[in-house]
Amino acid sequence: MSLLTRDVSCREAVELVTDFLEDALSARDRRRLERHLAKCDGCAGYLEQVRAVVVATGAVGPEDLEPATLQGLVELFEQYKGDS
Amino acid sequence: MCPREPGREDGKSGARKYAATVDDGVLLEKLLVGDQDAFRLLVSRYHNSLVRVARYHVDSDAAAEDVAQDTWVAVLRGVHKFEGRSSFKTWLFKILVNRSRTAGSRDRRQVSLDPTSVEPTVAPSRFDGAGAWTDPPTPFDDLVSAHLDDEVVVRAIRDAVRELPEPQQAVVTLRDVEGLSTYEVSALLGLTDGNVRVILHRGRAKVRAALEGVVRGGLT
Repeated sequence: MSLLTRDVSCREAVELVTDFLEDALSARDRRRLERHLAKCDGCAGYLEQVRAVVVATGAVGPEDLEPATLQGLVELFEQYKGDS
Repeated sequence: MCPREPGREDGKSGARKYAATVDDGVLLEKLLVGDQDAFRLLVSRYHNSLVRVARYHVDSDAAAEDVAQDTWVAVLRGVHKFEGRSSFKTWLFKILVNRSRTAGSRDRRQVSLDPTSVEPTVAPSRFDGAGAWTDPPTPFDDLVSAHLDDEVVVRAIRDAVRELPEPQQAVVTLRDVEGLSTYEVSALLGLTDGNVRVILHRGRAKVRAALEGVVRGGLT
């Protein structure tokens, strides 16, 4: 088996997950990773965790706005709302 | 007595849920006729992300806050010109980036990424000598999605994002918090798609580690 087609290790596989999820892996690397994921529960678990993180990060959203900041922005609104 | 404890206001997550159900387009229609509540919802939804992304372009928190405020002024002045060819969100962040560059305290930064540098995103101690897991991760999607309103989960994610160094913070904010495409993120930050992915990879890995820590700490 050549170096190019050898199996990836778990340590290497975790570094490929973002490109995998972004559909940016070469066809060969994608096949290598998919072959590894099919037989490795740990890496499949890692991939699922990263997917869950992406969903949760979007669902949780940015920090809540401080009331004082909101108040300042509302004052801007009152000042400029007629300008458009 | 402290009248206000940040992050501890009752009913916050309920308000967040309500706000999240109102479409940006609906809020813009209301903004056009001077509806202050619509403006409140829009700034509550986006202001802190604007500040995060501005921070990538300017060199102080105060300057980032100013740029974000200028962006809202530009929105108020230009909302009637918004034609809906892009999403409001994309339009908003484009205004922010243009304002940041005009503010000019730091011209578009050179992001140097050494592709050969080996910066592992998972603790090396979790692998054996051959690179196989000794401490494998287990899926937590069901557990996390069932606890998205729990303060401990919300805090873990938001703290992890806030503690990311630039440019990871700007990239994770635009791509994962706001859900823009990688193409949009690279255009907004003046980075290649490849660099955005490398930066995203490092940032997401830290958020993942934080969330795994919370789950392992006993989320039930």
